[in-house]
Amino acid sequence: MEQQPTAELNQPAQPSGQASPGQEYRPSPLQQERERFRRTRKRRNSWIATLCTLAFLLAVGAAAVASPGWDRVHSLFLDGAEFRRTLPAILSGFLLNIQMFLIAEVLILALGLLVALVRVTRAPGLQPVRLAATLYVDVFRGVPTLLLVFLVGFGLPALQLQGTPTQPWVLGVIALVLSYGAYVGEVLRAGLNSVHPAQRNAARALGLSEAQTLRRVILPQAVRNVLPPLLNDFIALQKDTALVAVLGPLEALRVAQIKADFAFNYTPYLGAALLFIAVTIPLTRYADRLQRRAAQRTWAEAGA
Amino acid sequence: MSEPLLRIRGLRKSHGSRLVLRSIDLDVAEHQVVCLIGGSGSGKSTLLRCVDLLDVVDDGTVHLGATELTDPRLDANVARRRIGIVFQAYNLFPHLSVLDNITLAPRQVHKVPRKQAEESARELLARLGLADKAHDYPDRLSGGQQQRAAIARALATEPELLLFDEITSALDPELVGEVLDVVADLKQRGLTILMATHEMGFAREAADQVCFLEDGVIREQGTAEQVLTDPRHGSTRRFLSRVLER
Ligand SMILES: Nc1ncnc2c1ncn2[C@@H]1O[C@H](COP(=O)(O)OP(=O)(O)OP(=O)(O)O)[C@@H](O)[C@H]1O
Ligand SMILES: [Mg+2]
Repeated sequence: MEQQPTAELNQPAQPSGQASPGQEYRPSPLQQERERFRRTRKRRNSWIATLCTLAFLLAVGAAAVASPGWDRVHSLFLDGAEFRRTLPAILSGFLLNIQMFLIAEVLILALGLLVALVRVTRAPGLQPVRLAATLYVDVFRGVPTLLLVFLVGFGLPALQLQGTPTQPWVLGVIALVLSYGAYVGEVLRAGLNSVHPAQRNAARALGLSEAQTLRRVILPQAVRNVLPPLLNDFIALQKDTALVAVLGPLEALRVAQIKADFAFNYTPYLGAALLFIAVTIPLTRYADRLQRRAAQRTWAEAGA
Repeated sequence: MSEPLLRIRGLRKSHGSRLVLRSIDLDVAEHQVVCLIGGSGSGKSTLLRCVDLLDVVDDGTVHLGATELTDPRLDANVARRRIGIVFQAYNLFPHLSVLDNITLAPRQVHKVPRKQAEESARELLARLGLADKAHDYPDRLSGGQQQRAAIARALATEPELLLFDEITSALDPELVGEVLDVVADLKQRGLTILMATHEMGFAREAADQVCFLEDGVIREQGTAEQVLTDPRHGSTRRFLSRVLER
């Protein structure tokens, strides 16, 4: 790890012959000219970006309005009065989506972590558990989430076992946890494997036990490494809570469906879509930021 | 000489089909600094890793005091607590501050209370000239500072034996001195050190013994003065003239 360049970056490079020690640093005329040029160019670039975006939106809008089906689309999908009338009901349904999301997220993290840990350890006594975890991942990653929602939602109650939950949303959460647990487990396992073996050696050399090494050294670095893909999975999960609609609980999509069927108008679907977007966009931006930060850190660690 | 702290007999180790260490015999007495020299790929790192049980030996024994480290019935974690190792690439934990890097093993392994562990860590850092770096993360430090932090981490558990694996070879020339000063200071304090090094000048000054490793055996062992200025073996002479030329 070559650290020198970082040290150099910390001190502003001063043109030779410019600054004598103890004197206030002033950018040279050359540097001032460069900065003026950069400012002008930046202003120009943002003008171009704005104009192009506006022109594009105008063109798309004009094309849509001019198209022969526009009147139908407008009345079936963009009915303002219908939108205002149905949104409160959809919103209260959406709270159930949020609730399912939050509960499922915690359970998925726990299940995923368990699966990942079991799959990376080599303790001989855990062999049967390891096999079970591998089988679980293979099976549940292969089954479409919607199919799993059907299976759990209708199949589990049909077994009539003692103590099985009957509320549809709970069954839906179980299906989501089973499906996403397999994905998240694989992401975390990739993270555990991404930590350099030298880190493990360094920890073991200090006398840390296998478990201590995992918990204090490997896991924190693993989670840090896979935080962006993990967040992506949770964004997908947030959307997929709508799949539970097929079981009938009054979540956003189900409510929108009822309203749409009632008025023969699809605007409620648009309302539901907007609610989902309102949650996923900030999450996506946050994931982007984490990804950028991770990239920067990799650079710093590579000594670049 | 009294019973050596580290006694290696007939140690053999291959990586795959490549026989790296054929038969190593080596003693390190208490309070001594022993330097391992030898060409790149001669097996210096492998030998140190075998001593710290990071590699499993193919044959032979390693004794630390009265304990046979190579006994598979031995709990490697317990044995390792008596040995500290510093790697060429530092291998600090990037997600922990310098202070947490140093206190991790004392707190987790030796169950030292946090306050006490941090106090000793700060003393160590001050001694190694890193007093103001306690709360920095490793990627904020220069190479020399990272290596000194790694030494502090190895010292924090008060090991009986220190293993240094070319701890200066990743450093810029002007940073080598600061790390070697630390090693000289440790020698003053009476620690026992086995180190692989390319720094012949340092070996001559600080080492009690120098071992020349070649073809999987210790070709020549003696005082630093003798091995480095008046080598008995032709191969030692050739190696030295090669490295001293540069
Ligand atoms: N994990 C490994 N798997 C396979 N071969 C290895 C492994 N580690 C080392 N070797 C081989 O063993 C030989 C000795 O390596 P070692 O790292 O001990 O040499 P060294 O004396 O430390 O060299 P250097 O001065 O370059 O650090 C080399 O030929 C190397 O290719
Ligand atoms: Mg080496």
